[in-house]
Amino acid sequence: MTATAAPAVLDRDGLNALVAALVAQGRTVVGPTVRDGAIVLAELASADELPFGWGVELDAGRYRLVSREDGAAFAHSSGPQSWKSYLHPSRERLWSADRTPAGDIRFTPHEPDPPSYAFLGVRPCDLRAIAIQDRVLTGGRYEDTGYGKRRAGAFLIVAECTEPGATCFCVSTGGGPAADPGYDLALTEVVDEDGHRFLVRVGSEEGAKLLERLPHRTADPATEATARTAVDTARDRMGRALPPVDLRALMGASLDAERWNDVASRCLTCGNCTMVCPTCFCTTTEEVTDLTGDHTERWQRWDSCFDLDFSHLHGGPVRSSGRSRYRQWLTHKLSTWHDQFDTTGCVGCGRCIVWCPAGIDITEEVTALDAELTGSAADADHAAFRTEPD
Amino acid sequence: MTAVPVPHRVVARRPETADTVTLCLEPVGAALPDFAPGQFAMVHSFGRGEIPVSASSVQATGGLAHTIRSVGAVSDGLCATRVGDVVGLRGPYGNTWELERAHGADVLVVAGGIGLAPLRPLILTALDGRKAYGRVNVLIGARTPDDLIVRKEIESWPTTFTGVTVDQPADGWRGDVGVVTQLLGRARFAPDNTWAFVCGPEPMIRAAARELAEHGVPRDRVRVSLERNMRCATGHCGHCQFGPLLLCQVGPVVDWAHAEPLLSVREL
Ligand SMILES: Cc1cc2nc3c(=O)[nH]c(=O)nc-3n(C[C@H](O)[C@H](O)[C@H](O)COP(=O)(O)OP(=O)(O)OC[C@H]3O[C@@H](n4cnc5c(N)ncnc54)[C@H](O)[C@@H]3O)c2cc1C
Ligand code: SF4
Ligand code: SF4
Repeated sequence: MTATAAPAVLDRDGLNALVAALVAQGRTVVGPTVRDGAIVLAELASADELPFGWGVELDAGRYRLVSREDGAAFAHSSGPQSWKSYLHPSRERLWSADRTPAGDIRFTPHEPDPPSYAFLGVRPCDLRAIAIQDRVLTGGRYEDTGYGKRRAGAFLIVAECTEPGATCFCVSTGGGPAADPGYDLALTEVVDEDGHRFLVRVGSEEGAKLLERLPHRTADPATEATARTAVDTARDRMGRALPPVDLRALMGASLDAERWNDVASRCLTCGNCTMVCPTCFCTTTEEVTDLTGDHTERWQRWDSCFDLDFSHLHGGPVRSSGRSRYRQWLTHKLSTWHDQFDTTGCVGCGRCIVWCPAGIDITEEVTALDAELTGSAADADHAAFRTEPD
Repeated sequence: MTAVPVPHRVVARRPETADTVTLCLEPVGAALPDFAPGQFAMVHSFGRGEIPVSASSVQATGGLAHTIRSVGAVSDGLCATRVGDVVGLRGPYGNTWELERAHGADVLVVAGGIGLAPLRPLILTALDGRKAYGRVNVLIGARTPDDLIVRKEIESWPTTFTGVTVDQPADGWRGDVGVVTQLLGRARFAPDNTWAFVCGPEPMIRAAARELAEHGVPRDRVRVSLERNMRCATGHCGHCQFGPLLLCQVGPVVDWAHAEPLLSVREL
């Protein structure tokens, strides 16, 4: 935080100036826009492309755009994509290798200079998701340098939530509609009789510098109060919730639950939930050769724990049943992610609920597992996940 | 993932069995850091891919080597290399057997099939520093006599006890027949002052570790090396998850005390 941290107000012209200034800096500005009946993330040339006047109606397996009278730009919750499409792209070349005439092999890393991104309209849940991927991909013994470079150059503008969706449950994952630290600028959209404007909070030196160059005014108490109230009440309007229990313990004690059979009978193991999830990070690699046979490339692409090959070993997959694969996904999100990365793997964005073709709802599954565990005599025999690695 | 493979030349190639070869490797240019017994490399076969393979010898035990069983595209490609060919290597990855924790104690090695490969540098290290350890026992099991790797070398190891057993004997086999754990009765070790190191097919690991525990070897002194799919070895691809463990980071060697409850869950 800087000395210029007093909240400011931008009107719509100010928002236009914000995008224009980022574009002028040579940044690739990415934000929400309406396309093909959904709010997608795309490169924006101007703030006019934001989804002014659009909201969404969400339910398990259901997504509909609805028009809004108030003309708000950020009154929608997560769409089908998340920022990982940019920071951790679905396909990436890692390195290539060439066979020399002498029969040696030369390896060449693929280290392009990434675009310098500005993300406009990052939801607080997605800001947490970015922080989680930071930990996974750059916080361990080895760093994913491609991710690290893209991430280090990215300028993050949060849009706090005033209109949570019916599938949102960030509050029950420890988050909320207000932004955690980690942003450069945070916007809270206000539309009332005093006009359409954005309360702006500064989260970094760079954010402060940018704000100074935009037409803005110091926030008036009324705008601040309206914005705060809108975010506060959003907290209480979450469409869904995870049960308020120790989720790690619940998962660890539920490895043999009946419910996995139930969900497996509905789950298509399509992997949609993992593709849309903003924290899911798993990848696989492929070798791509050219026709000469003297040039080969190593590519990384998103993978899903729902894929049968994911756990392939000579002799067959470790997780051949749908039951074990759904269990892997859910227990990883809510339990073993803590063991591996010291954080939850779910931020409650609701994407996996919306984009599941079978309408499987993570909150409903966890609730059912909790009911099953509470219903069954507490059997202390299943402590597998309580053991700690060395 | 970030690291790029480092070219290594095959300087010797030793067929072990019908489907397994040992490749002795030397860096073409810059070298990788030294491997420790138990660690593995990601080995690249040009145009085919990259797979995790344990070091069957490390720099300190006579130079880096990998013993590879041909079971699919990449391992076929690696087994087919000839002396002079170049392969790519990233590493060293994973933890080690932590043999040094066994100083002053008896050492008990239990290997099944190609599971002997990652144990070989441990055995060589223990025999090299013989005085630091108590008795050294090596128990080896294989499907048939023809599936035994480093067969000649085994006979030359100055251990306290070396036992070799096969599931199906062939003509001329005068050794033991049966599962590797039946050799335990002849090994010489004080259970409460023993470190055991186990690698092989998962059913064999379970059986051996359970019997060791029954013999009184503390479960946190039974070290087992586990295998899961691994694409990156740097903790980013997610494939090697084994419950709470990201095996490429906290493994492949895990204490039986940690591994047992996890291995008891089907399809974890
Ligand atoms: C830590 C560790 C140490 C190992 N040490 C040895 C060793 O010393 N000697 C040995 O012969 N084998 C070892 N393996 C097993 C070896 O990695 C597999 O046999 C090999 O990956 C098979 O690949 P493939 O392409 O030849 O076969 P396929 O079965 O055709 O594999 C298809 C694809 O799946 C992947 N795959 C299959 N099994 C594995 C696996 N276990 N891990 C990662 N990816 C896999 C490969 O990338 C491959 O491209 C080890 C495995 C691990 C995890
Ligand atoms: S839970 Fe839904 S989205 Fe996920 S794999 Fe199953 S069917 Fe596909
Ligand atoms: S698991 Fe579902 S709700 Fe949780 S972060 Fe992933 S997509 Fe969002």
